[in-house]
Amino acid sequence: MTTTSNVPAYGRFGGFGGRYVPEALIPALEQLEEVWRKAVVDPEFVGELERLQRTYTGRPSIITEVPRFAEHCGGARVILKREDLNHTGSHKINNVLGQALLTRRMGKTRVIAETGAGQHGVATATAAALLGLECVIYMGRKDTERQALNVARMRLLGAEVVAVDHGSKTLKDAVNEAFRDWVANVGTTHYVLGTVTGPHPFPEMVRDFHRVIGVEARQQVLDLVGRLPDAVLACVGGGSNAMGIFHRFIDDGSVRLIGLEAGGEGVESGKHAARFSAGIPGVLHGAFTYVMQDEDGQTVESHSVSAGLDYPSVGPEHAHLLESGRAEYRAVTDVEAMEAFSLLSRTEGILPAIESAHALAGAMQVGRELGRDAVLLVNLSGRGDKDVHTAAEWFGLIGGDGSARLPDDDGAKGLGVQQ
Amino acid sequence: MSVGPVLEKCRAENRAALIGYLPVGFPSVEGSIAAMAVLVESGVDVVEIGVPYSDPVMDGPVIQDAAVRALAGGVRLKDIFTAAREVSGAGAGALVMTYWNPVLRYGVERFAADLVAAGGAGLITPDLIPDEAGEWISAADAHDLDKVFLVAPSSTPERLEAVTSQCRGFVYATAVMGVTGARASVGEAADALVSRTREHTDLPVCVGIGVSTGDQAAEVGRFADGVIVGSALVRCLTEADSEEQGLKALGALARELADGVRRSRS
Repeated sequence: MTTTSNVPAYGRFGGFGGRYVPEALIPALEQLEEVWRKAVVDPEFVGELERLQRTYTGRPSIITEVPRFAEHCGGARVILKREDLNHTGSHKINNVLGQALLTRRMGKTRVIAETGAGQHGVATATAAALLGLECVIYMGRKDTERQALNVARMRLLGAEVVAVDHGSKTLKDAVNEAFRDWVANVGTTHYVLGTVTGPHPFPEMVRDFHRVIGVEARQQVLDLVGRLPDAVLACVGGGSNAMGIFHRFIDDGSVRLIGLEAGGEGVESGKHAARFSAGIPGVLHGAFTYVMQDEDGQTVESHSVSAGLDYPSVGPEHAHLLESGRAEYRAVTDVEAMEAFSLLSRTEGILPAIESAHALAGAMQVGRELGRDAVLLVNLSGRGDKDVHTAAEWFGLIGGDGSARLPDDDGAKGLGVQQ
Repeated sequence: MSVGPVLEKCRAENRAALIGYLPVGFPSVEGSIAAMAVLVESGVDVVEIGVPYSDPVMDGPVIQDAAVRALAGGVRLKDIFTAAREVSGAGAGALVMTYWNPVLRYGVERFAADLVAAGGAGLITPDLIPDEAGEWISAADAHDLDKVFLVAPSSTPERLEAVTSQCRGFVYATAVMGVTGARASVGEAADALVSRTREHTDLPVCVGIGVSTGDQAAEVGRFADGVIVGSALVRCLTEADSEEQGLKALGALARELADGVRRSRS
């Protein structure tokens, strides 16, 4: 194991983070940091971003208390931060609009992005359309298959979607391919990295573009219940929605910050994306953070029913929050997440993204632990429209040929009961 | 042992050094070591022993493909020490080229100690910049190993100064912006980068990425201290119908390249 005591603190969260990229990209990262730091104190940039958040994204996003769902959470009060109601259907738009505006400031004309579930790709394609930027989205072949509708959405928005056939054909390989593109085209191209990992300044910058989630939610919860929540819960793939809602609460020592990772088929099965349960510190995609890896440092493939959480690494600030003890992380299995997905749909009329369903499953656990007096704030990071096909297959609502399967058909399964 | 003396010898012969890359473990560990021996016999001065890695963001399709196949074949990190022993035993410089995480996982200090023991000269680190390399720089200095960092056409004068001041052995100039892979033209950008780099260092400057023919090697050898060839050599092995054919094609290309660097300044 490495020690981090002798590395510089620049671009680090505790010992985590840094800039582990080819030299060729360093000038672009330096330019990005300079332009970003100037922009966020420039009233023109700040005003433009706020205007877009208000008139395009639909911010502030509301909070919704969900009492019927909360009956399954030990009777605790459960409040959802509705990032699912943002334009494009998830929190991803917050970051993308910021980076797209920075792209224009840098004089670049082309954006590229990786995507797993497709939420970030759709958001990037949207921002590119809005600002007239050329857009290429890299997506693992396996993800293009399980998120076919989002591929169509991106193409309808004018983006080129490139299916990546290398490696595990999922999100990590899409990131690799985006980096390869970026090295070759960095003069004209900005890489709109979609989460709070990658080389500095991405983890800090992406977090700050999402910080609005927690800033709004903290005040909204205070207004609604007159006190801070006992716990804030969010799913953690790369970890952008979680950092977005956590960050404003970090100094509120009484508020537990709980990240929910994809436990896949169970941590003991080896088929999961529970980096904090099974990973160890290492470098992937430019950052020193927790990585699922074998004893030779080769990345181990992750598994999850949720394409957006199916990633073998995690943002470095989460690694720091874990090691410093400020946040805690739990693994939620596919089965638990899909049960929560079904419950929220049936009790509240809200179809969550399967990613966000991991946070809901966490709320079911934590609520039962804390009981009726607890107030839980859950980041509902995205909506489940993109997941209808996956969920329909999971619950046996469609046959192998995609046709509807009704309750009295052979092989149909009941809703609300996990497989 | 540093590759410095090898490069000095080439300089004394008024020619560029030929540096050839092959990943360990393709088509097998033994096969890759045999291929490295062919490189040395055919006039390669320094062998870059590549560590196959699951997420090679700097590599194009040819090297990615070889890495995937090497990993599927069961290559282990420790196999590079065997390769380093063979290459240095054959009289060539043995530099290991690796993405950073395998070294980090192995333990930086332990890796440096084992590399020295195997006769390795040092490391080329494509995704480790000197700014993040404190632990490696200490270990390399303690074990008398070369530290080859990369410069790129995008590097500013400040970056060229910062990077070259931490290099030992040579400076690796990536001739074009982009991933590894053979290119039709290796062009003026490389010449300009070498000139700009020389303003900051007296170390040899070797040029990589894109060379695939003897004529290109001759062209680059006119202005660079070393010509680095990777994908074109790897392709001899990945596209061959048999190991024997692969080694034959590899030897022929290596000889063509070796001839190229020898006639470039005549």
